[in-house]
Amino acid sequence: MNPATFQFLAGIVKERSGGVLTADQSYMLDTRLAPLLKRENLPSLDALAMKLRSPAAGMLAQEMTELLTTNESHFFRDGKPFEYLRTILPELHKARAAGLPIRIWSAACSTGQEAYSIAIILSELQDAGDATWKARRFEIFGTDLTKVVVDRAREGVFTQFEVQRGLPVRQLMKNFQQIEGRWRAHDRLRAYMKFQQANLLHDLRGFGKFDLIFCRNVLIYFDLPTKARVLNALTAQLAPDGALFLGAAETAMGITDRLEPIGGQRGIYRPAAQAAPVRARA
Amino acid sequence: MTISALVVDDSTVVRKVARRILEKHGFSIREAADGQQALNAVAEDMPRLVLLDRNMPVMDGIEFLKRLRETYGSSEPTVVMCTTEAAQDRILEGLEAGADEYVMKPFDEAILMDKLGMVGLGPEGGDAG
Repeated sequence: MNPATFQFLAGIVKERSGGVLTADQSYMLDTRLAPLLKRENLPSLDALAMKLRSPAAGMLAQEMTELLTTNESHFFRDGKPFEYLRTILPELHKARAAGLPIRIWSAACSTGQEAYSIAIILSELQDAGDATWKARRFEIFGTDLTKVVVDRAREGVFTQFEVQRGLPVRQLMKNFQQIEGRWRAHDRLRAYMKFQQANLLHDLRGFGKFDLIFCRNVLIYFDLPTKARVLNALTAQLAPDGALFLGAAETAMGITDRLEPIGGQRGIYRPAAQAAPVRARA
Repeated sequence: MTISALVVDDSTVVRKVARRILEKHGFSIREAADGQQALNAVAEDMPRLVLLDRNMPVMDGIEFLKRLRETYGSSEPTVVMCTTEAAQDRILEGLEAGADEYVMKPFDEAILMDKLGMVGLGPEGGDAG
């Protein structure tokens, strides 16, 4: 592929999704766009770029953008954090007074796959649980820097491609309805959720306290001081017995002393214990 | 560890694409062009995985699947349907007939391997790392 072609295609993706494609991801264009090239009868990505320069190519540009950006968000991404979620939610349910909501923040929600994955687990736990589970109120709060993806998350409608990434077909059948070839999350899942555009570098205190915070694969885009600032700001919004979920390749160690790892759980942290004695003395 | 797979599709192009992806991930492949051929292949040697198209001449994927489960029970082989039939009721029909997972065409390597991971046959299934 011509380097100018990569720049051009990456520019379209950035303009439409806010997502940044780096040169080391150029392999992804070959694998992801191969079916599109075949369907459009195009011999190469250079030929695709040529076609996209036509003013009538808006649909094609959108389709390409979706093929290249859905990679960043799929259902039950990395698996393990969601297994831990199934463990920690019953503990939180037991620890919280009836009537208090359990609040979960998907702090970089992108198009919503993480938030809907959490909602699927909540609905399964509520279905299997006793009356106290059914009476418990849960709130999932999704935020992202980019307005277009927050709008999509709120809409809760996913393409055929998106619902095949990470989501087992039985959970798709149970939780989504097909409308004109796309898949819309059931109202039951949507009832848990609120979405809002937000910048993690701004004041987060207005969002209130959360029992669980997911902030996965975001810190990698920040420099070290910004990582510390965001981690400390998120920790300030976290319940003392809550948990912060980072990406599998991300760490809080050496960046802030306000978090400590939860044993055996890669990328999952709780507020450091030192906070408690300080409060006890006060 | 090699996992044996039977790719059932009347399109030689689809069989070739599936073969290329699966062989890359260490599967050993046999092919069948319709449900009857697939039944013969299963009788000869039971594969761990059947990747199954729906619309085929002679015997379609649903009929094959029903006969497969009637004859051999529901525990083996793992059946992943792979078809352009993406309507919700069609998917439910496939699951009721005994499919374990469902791939809606067009598919790529990421989707196929992701789906195989969900039924315990993905790269993570055989890899301790």
